[in-house]
Amino acid sequence: MNDSLYNYLLMIGDNAMILGHRLSELCGHGPNLETDIALTNISLDLFGQTRYYFQYAAELAGDGASEDSVAFLRYPHQYKNVLLVEQPNTDFAFTIVRQFFFDAFHKPFLEQLSDSADKHLAAIAAKSLKEVQYHLSFSSEWVRRLGGGTEESHRRTQRAVEELYPYTGELLRPVPLETEMQQLGIGPDLEQVAGAFEETVTGLMSETALQTEGLSRHQSGGKAGIHSEYLGFILADLQYMQRTYPGMEW
Amino acid sequence: MGIEERDVWQLLEGVYDPEIPVLSVVEMGIVRRVELGAGEVTITITPTYSGCPAMDTIAADIRGALGKTGLSITIKTVLSPAWTTAWLSEAGRNKLNNYGIAPPLTPSGDKKALLMGERVVKCPRCASTQTKMISQFGSTACKALFQCESCLEPFDYFKCI
Ligand SMILES: [Zn+2]
Repeated sequence: MNDSLYNYLLMIGDNAMILGHRLSELCGHGPNLETDIALTNISLDLFGQTRYYFQYAAELAGDGASEDSVAFLRYPHQYKNVLLVEQPNTDFAFTIVRQFFFDAFHKPFLEQLSDSADKHLAAIAAKSLKEVQYHLSFSSEWVRRLGGGTEESHRRTQRAVEELYPYTGELLRPVPLETEMQQLGIGPDLEQVAGAFEETVTGLMSETALQTEGLSRHQSGGKAGIHSEYLGFILADLQYMQRTYPGMEW
Repeated sequence: MGIEERDVWQLLEGVYDPEIPVLSVVEMGIVRRVELGAGEVTITITPTYSGCPAMDTIAADIRGALGKTGLSITIKTVLSPAWTTAWLSEAGRNKLNNYGIAPPLTPSGDKKALLMGERVVKCPRCASTQTKMISQFGSTACKALFQCESCLEPFDYFKCI
């Protein structure tokens, strides 16, 4: 089996799955009906995308692996998602800012992945990109509204930016596996993705007078399996049924 | 009994999208290919949206509809080329509108409606274009929620992808 490609698929799929799970926690708890529906629709898109990556990974793994075993039967250090996506839904501003930072990365990432030398991966990316464009326009619109809204909404959005901006560096700094994938023509050049990310983020931050100046972007570890304390709780929730009743289906 | 490809297509015309029950999976452009072999048939389908929960139901409904042919059925899913609203037939668009869902505009019109707030989506009930977007995400991922300011009815608009 091609271990590098397998691990790379997990890295991309884990981001989609963990963020999808975070958003799904808001099902029935959104601040109003429209937002609730929007967040859960985005969650559903991300789970759909996760399935493509994990189905492909299971195909590479063979030996009875399935999308479910890939999703549910790993230990925390075997998940490769970035730390940003596991951060909690502290308040609506956090949920929106986390989404905006991820979408601002996700869109240019998928644009490049659509040209991957791996045709299967390119097809997944092209399909997902159509959905992610809507995600970015949704989260941008809300950052604009909250950041440019009342004093209270601006203050809380600024607080979310200060908490979450430090996690954005990890999205854009390649680990050895990503460099290897780029050299093979399979994965994007993160430097170019970073260029698009900065443009989107800087533009909206200055428009809404949200400050990122002086914030370092040092947080990282997720891609190497070193996670924040939040992931364990997410996995406990996510894996409970499969761990309790192995192989169950419905 | 000799089953031909066109018989299979005809049976598929009777399988409806569970979330838009006026359009068949053929009119939606979900069925991409039918390959008939000796005693077997392969149907290739493509999802509208990645997270569309209807896809499993659609696959099951296709099996149900073709069950009486006695053929062994394989259903394959492809992602490329990615599904687009441009595959909706003119007849399909009219059916959508009559059902109360505004059909997708052209990609540029769609952008004006969803991102720039321009009043270009026609109300499926009174045909007024005095409509406004309430939410970019409607009852399902493929729709946005609009309201008509002439007749005041809320309605779904089928987003362009
Ligand atoms: Zn009307």
